[in-house]
Amino acid sequence: MRYLPLSDGDRKEMLETIGVSSIDDLYCDVPADVLLDSHVQTLPTVRGELEVERAISAMAKKNTGCNSAPSFLGAGLYHHHVPATVDYMIQRGEFLTSYTPYQPEVSQGTLQYLFEFQTQVAMLTGMDVANASMYDGATGCAEAVLMANRVTKRNKAILSGGLHPHYRDVTRTHAHFNDFEVVSAEPDVDNVEDLIDLIDDATSCVVVQTPSFFGHLNDYTKLAEACHAKKALLVVVFTEVLSLGALKTPGEMGADIVVGEGQSVGNALNFGGPTVGLFAVRQKYLRQMPGRVCGETVDADGRRGWVLTLSTREQHIRREKATSNICTNSGLCALAFNIHMTLLGEEGLTKLSALNHARACQVADKLDTLDGVEVLNETFFNEFTVRLSKSATEVIDQLAERGVLGGVPVRRLYQDRPELDNLLLVAVTETTTDEDIDALMAGLTEVLS
Amino acid sequence: MSDLHTITGNQGLQIEEPLIFEQDTPGKCGVDLPDVPEVKTRLGGLAREGKIGLPGMTEPDTVRHYMRLSQKNYAIDTGFYPLGSCTMKHNPRLNEKMARLGGLADLHPLQPNSTVQGALELIDQCAHWLKELTGMPAVAMSPAAGAHGELCGLMAARAAHEAKGNPRKIVLCPESAHGTNPATAAACGYKVESIPATSDGRVDLDALKAALNEDVAAIMLTNPNTCGLFERDIVEIAEAVHAVGAYFYCDGANFNAIMGRVRPGDLGIDCMHINLHKTFSTPHGGGGPGSGPVVLSAALAPYAPVPYVVDTGDGFKLVEHKADSDQDPFGRIKGFHGQMGMFIRSLSYMMSHGSDGLRQASGDAVLNANYLKAKLQDMLTVSFPDGPCMHEVLFDDRFLKDTGVTTLDFAKMMIDEGVHPMTMYFPLVVHGALLMEPTETENKATLDKFIHMIREMTQKAKDGAAESFKSAPMLTPRRRLDETKAARSPVLKWTEAAE
Amino acid sequence: MTVKYTEDHEWVLVEGDTATVGITDYAQNALGDIVFVETPAAGTEVSQGDDVAVVESVKTASDVYAPITGEIIEGNDALEDQPELVNSSPEGDGWFFKMTIGDASELDKLLDEAGYKAFCEGLD
Repeated sequence: MRYLPLSDGDRKEMLETIGVSSIDDLYCDVPADVLLDSHVQTLPTVRGELEVERAISAMAKKNTGCNSAPSFLGAGLYHHHVPATVDYMIQRGEFLTSYTPYQPEVSQGTLQYLFEFQTQVAMLTGMDVANASMYDGATGCAEAVLMANRVTKRNKAILSGGLHPHYRDVTRTHAHFNDFEVVSAEPDVDNVEDLIDLIDDATSCVVVQTPSFFGHLNDYTKLAEACHAKKALLVVVFTEVLSLGALKTPGEMGADIVVGEGQSVGNALNFGGPTVGLFAVRQKYLRQMPGRVCGETVDADGRRGWVLTLSTREQHIRREKATSNICTNSGLCALAFNIHMTLLGEEGLTKLSALNHARACQVADKLDTLDGVEVLNETFFNEFTVRLSKSATEVIDQLAERGVLGGVPVRRLYQDRPELDNLLLVAVTETTTDEDIDALMAGLTEVLS
Repeated sequence: MSDLHTITGNQGLQIEEPLIFEQDTPGKCGVDLPDVPEVKTRLGGLAREGKIGLPGMTEPDTVRHYMRLSQKNYAIDTGFYPLGSCTMKHNPRLNEKMARLGGLADLHPLQPNSTVQGALELIDQCAHWLKELTGMPAVAMSPAAGAHGELCGLMAARAAHEAKGNPRKIVLCPESAHGTNPATAAACGYKVESIPATSDGRVDLDALKAALNEDVAAIMLTNPNTCGLFERDIVEIAEAVHAVGAYFYCDGANFNAIMGRVRPGDLGIDCMHINLHKTFSTPHGGGGPGSGPVVLSAALAPYAPVPYVVDTGDGFKLVEHKADSDQDPFGRIKGFHGQMGMFIRSLSYMMSHGSDGLRQASGDAVLNANYLKAKLQDMLTVSFPDGPCMHEVLFDDRFLKDTGVTTLDFAKMMIDEGVHPMTMYFPLVVHGALLMEPTETENKATLDKFIHMIREMTQKAKDGAAESFKSAPMLTPRRRLDETKAARSPVLKWTEAAE
Repeated sequence: MTVKYTEDHEWVLVEGDTATVGITDYAQNALGDIVFVETPAAGTEVSQGDDVAVVESVKTASDVYAPITGEIIEGNDALEDQPELVNSSPEGDGWFFKMTIGDASELDKLLDEAGYKAFCEGLD
């Protein structure tokens, strides 16, 4: 087998050194009746690289990827172009096959990019400090609420109706098992909700999303003030990190914790994972922040270097008193983010964000001209909600038959809300071509007629 | 090499590299984008006004930056990485190629089911391998990492207790447990009670039995355990745990030692997470992303979280909502459907090895660890010398007594010798732990060189060379870092003022 | 003015109605470089044995317990910026908090200087 370097001769010699006659003898502590005497018979045996490649490629060919069809899918993850440099660099063995940088002398590469990543996230969100990443936006959101509970020593979170339903559900799961209260506002389809009245003396935080799940943009400055007046925190969530290149930052609005999904920069869709959660906070809450952080210091010769720091918050030291049970971060995805963001820089990010917005405006204007399609948003970044004249799920399935991935039906995530059946989320990015738009228009015209 | 000064500060292949923020050339950019069409914007007066502060860099400068950073890292691809409990085995590149295939990497998780049948089939196949290898009837695929899998498993256990009307109060963890175990129990609302170890490094069965009662919701036990030993009493432990109506959570971090040889389902285990980045060779990536599917017994399977894949016989279906399930899922723990990219890589690995190859891999891993033990036991102090170890061997620092050299010093000297240190000071049950896990992908020559090196180093320590250990490493891009300074006044981002 | 000690390596300086609490030289030595201290807020009611403060070195975090029952009068704010005071002056400027004495009889059960010294010697 190509991954196993020991020869039978090596094995024989090593067993003699150990003083046993077979590898099976080394399993003498396993109760005999549960020790298998040969490999698991119900699974296939060794295969060469070519055969494996064929088997997996065969499965891949049964799918229609966003690179091979007009795609308008969003709702939390977005189809963007990732420069070739990113994928080349993250496959460098020194990045790909290294462990968590616990030995800083031989991990300065990982540590320096984490420090750069933290700086980029802090800049983009307008916050003081960021961690070295979370699993994804949804788990990050739940961690933000847990953190707000710790900071305020309260246990009631108010979730906006504009929050992504997966983020809401993951937070609810934690609430159930960790015994805190979650108040979820009604789905905020038309961007009319007022959360201020819901804040009371038991509220630990209000969680809002920008752009909202339905695509609307909001200034949360007043909400932040209302939260702070009641000593609650404002958690601002985003699912499209590119929006931060075009919009006033959550930090400027007064957010205390900003958390979101970073997939759009540097990372492929991967059918939903792995992606990278971004997490940033105000300096004063640093000690309650979950996850790894990298900090600057000096070495024995006084030269600048980096280490993982503040680790007493973490599970390997604090055990049951840790801020979170999280152990890994999303290292390689954070590197991909870091590299892509470096390539973009100030000018590139600003332009890419503007391009996404402009393309979305063009598509919204075109769709609005179709019979049976009504764009609901007055404001949006690169994704908006339309109301169709029939069930969005049916329309999307029919578009798929025509080779168009036309968007995400709201019911896919709000399964329990039949009144939202005709709503469709449409996302537009720099990858959207004029031909894609024509295909969507033609498909919708046919399907809706 | 502090006494070797160059004009540039560079030392041959080790090139000093500033932060991207210190290389800013305003207006430079590493991407070329088309012109932005003129439109009436819909940003509702919320357009960004100030600058973000990101530096401008071109593609060649960017490539060089990350290339130089990469050269400051040690990796499995560089050399031997005997980091106990972390399983630093070879990461096949075929896995990477497969994960990047069109039709997989470019799939959006919310596409219509009809357009992702191959992806659902792939998840189902990966799940099938995991179920067959563990002898368990179900698997929850969505956890994002090992610790997240622990959370998922314990939530399923709690949900099962709640369904019976009483969530119970206590989770038992052995002293030697990974820190994630007690942290997870606390995150599920349980109080943690610690179970002592016996003098042979295993769970004290009598103490465990004494601690078991109807307030205990579950036990969390690693097997093979963190001392690198198989828990001989595991079947009896499972029976005792079940006798009080509690569930048996097995931390599967060390499943790589027994895959293809022992099936957790035959041991009476109710749930076990599997670190795909350890046992099934997906890359560690400098700290993630991981993936931590959880296999579940018949008792816990109904509570597995959404989403999950069902083979209907007429295509694959994705169950994403509780209301669509004929089971009793406890909820959702992650956005979308889990770490697909990692499922592809681990399936590619399992298919390559095949069932027979996986059995040989676990055997070779155990063989390599026992070989290290046999060749080092006369000079180092093996913590639990009786009987074979599993995939890793635990030493403590008794052999360094009176040398003035600590486990940490010993590890730092290994770095200068071109080998990544073993895991240190874990598990906590022995003093100054040195936990070595060679894995099955190291050849005999590498092990022999390592053995020679460790023996020579030990001799040096005993011969009074403490000072050279204390000043190690000397040959790395940076020498020992001041962690106290980093923690006392944390600097967690670059700021212009700092320049 | 008397000084008492606990088996958790805390000292309690009693001056009239007030007790000042910190960790001993033995404790700071065992912990190594202190990098962070979290002290309790004034007005907090505490019972003997409650964890009321946290002291952290690079690799460990330890709870500091209320040696007696009472109310916190003041935490030592100086430790926020200068946690190293715990190393340099554990039984002086590195004090953690001041509290009222809710039940003087609890003090009687604590160790005196000789008793604490003997306790530490027993540990080595």
